[in-house]
Amino acid sequence: MYWFKKEQFHSYKETTQGVFGLFDTPEEILHAAEKTKANKYTDFDCLTPFPVHGLDEAMGLPRSGIPWISFFMGFVGCAFGFGFQYLVHSVDWGINFSGKALNAWPAYIPVTFETTVFFAGMSAVASLYVLSRSNHAFRKPLHPEITSHRFALWIPSNSANFKQDEVVAFIKSLGAKDVTVVK
Amino acid sequence: MSMTTLVKEKLGIVPLVEGGKTYKQVTEEILQPTDNFPTSLWWKAFILALTVTIVDLGIIGYLCYDGLYILGVNNPVGWGFFIVNFVFWIGIGHAGTLISAVLFLFRQGWRTGINRAAEAMTIFAVLTAATTLIIHIGRPWLGFWLFPYPNNRGPLWVNFRSPLIWDTFAVSTYLSISLVFWYIGLVPDIASLRDRTTHKVKKAIYSAMSLGWVGSNRAWSHYEIVCMLLAALSTPLVLSVHTIVSFDFAVSILPGWHTTILPPYFVAGAIFSGFAMVVTLMVIARQVFKLEQYITLKHLENMNKIIMVTGLMVGYAYGSEFFIAWYSGNEYEGFTFVNRAFGPYAWAYWIMISCNVLSPQVFWFESMRKNIKVMFVVSIFVNIGMWFERFVIVMTTHRDFLPSNWALYIPTFYDFAMLIGTFGIFFTLFLLFCRILPIIAIAEVKTVMPHKEGAHH
Repeated sequence: MYWFKKEQFHSYKETTQGVFGLFDTPEEILHAAEKTKANKYTDFDCLTPFPVHGLDEAMGLPRSGIPWISFFMGFVGCAFGFGFQYLVHSVDWGINFSGKALNAWPAYIPVTFETTVFFAGMSAVASLYVLSRSNHAFRKPLHPEITSHRFALWIPSNSANFKQDEVVAFIKSLGAKDVTVVK
Repeated sequence: MSMTTLVKEKLGIVPLVEGGKTYKQVTEEILQPTDNFPTSLWWKAFILALTVTIVDLGIIGYLCYDGLYILGVNNPVGWGFFIVNFVFWIGIGHAGTLISAVLFLFRQGWRTGINRAAEAMTIFAVLTAATTLIIHIGRPWLGFWLFPYPNNRGPLWVNFRSPLIWDTFAVSTYLSISLVFWYIGLVPDIASLRDRTTHKVKKAIYSAMSLGWVGSNRAWSHYEIVCMLLAALSTPLVLSVHTIVSFDFAVSILPGWHTTILPPYFVAGAIFSGFAMVVTLMVIARQVFKLEQYITLKHLENMNKIIMVTGLMVGYAYGSEFFIAWYSGNEYEGFTFVNRAFGPYAWAYWIMISCNVLSPQVFWFESMRKNIKVMFVVSIFVNIGMWFERFVIVMTTHRDFLPSNWALYIPTFYDFAMLIGTFGIFFTLFLLFCRILPIIAIAEVKTVMPHKEGAHH
């Protein structure tokens, strides 16, 4: 059965200690991510200035589960919009408009559509906010050039098999230009 | 030379970013204008727009104090310039969503160069439209009555069968979804601004605005899905908004308004006028901010093609309306259209036809589609023509069923002042945006740049 899995709701991992290496091209970071995954380091991250095609697969990240949330909330919005109008015009405040039925449901479709879109869209954005941990606005970036033109591989100290010297040597072996230890 | 490069050369596919730039150059060149002190040209434009806005606010204040009678509204024409302006500005907004959502779903790489500015245009245009709508209700301080909320006036709710309430919901949903879509796109670029500035105060502001974005792929992976979801949701949303705006007319029972062609005709017209406005703004912005290599002739040519296609749709709708008015055999419908084309407002009708149907025909020629001066003039014409389209639709109800009721809508000084005022509000917001935020989506442009050979695709 096609149903969501818990790991689809993976989130940004807040880590402050570890080692990072900088690369110059998207291909290098893609290659580095594949190697890091194969080397059984866990919880590592790739920081890039733009979304790199294929990096999710290289890091072993499953497809985002946000569409499930959005779909569910769209359903809720649809039921809310329709139900609200039904309650207003048929239960709470029934007024006879030129002899039309009290529950003139075709007239409710436009507002129902708008509430569906509103709930689905806003819940997707809210999920993104939560899963990318955006409440930490003053998070310190690793390196100022990552949001411009460089690609970083970050292996945090809580990663499995983390031994600082080994990790530094490993990232260097991937071809990183600068390798920095953050403590 | 790789296969892809060979194929591209053979087919004459030009790169979307010219000049063989590196990622670093892209960041630097697009963010440069936010560092410099504004040029005198910017100050002049901004002060002009701001003055118009302030004068407009004063006039709105006077209107609230004195009442709607200072306008040209009268008995047969109850909806004056305000509704014309409202439909005009909402329509302008639609091109932004079309570029950011519909072209996203169709995987049109060229949208990346223009989508940020076009989305900003959407938001400011919808805000401008909302102001005219709020003033139009006569008692703007009671504007919140448009929303259903629990109140102590008994069980008193809005009438959900009214197209004006549909409009309230459509416009507010459209504004909020467009706003978050635009802001999500901005977050990675604000993070670039944050990491590049050394100014302490600026850094703090940018940090707060960037929501702690560090470029983690764990966030990008959700980010891309959310962008796709918003694009998929915005596409039917943008169609619904102008459909519902057209319902304001089509759901009434007036001849000339009560027609089924209105929704598609309004949507095509909205995209048409919106693209014209994007061309007007981009032609200026690319020169002022020296972004000719990002907003290339290819981008402009593509937009001109869309202007021509939607212009033809609008022209077809004008013809079809006339044909059906005759073919239906309905004498009221027939009279309305003859009155539109040959009555007292014939001048407005023929301005509309020549600007909207005739002027875009020059785009059949490639040399015209790539000529900056020609496209600038045509885009201005289209903007004028589309304003007159709404003028024609609203004002030609001036001859209703009772000949003793017939009158003309004669706009007063205040009508014109508030029309100019809407441009003041729009340009004040747009000029501020150009100064403070990157007008090109940097992270998105980087994804369509020619990558090094051997890249995964």
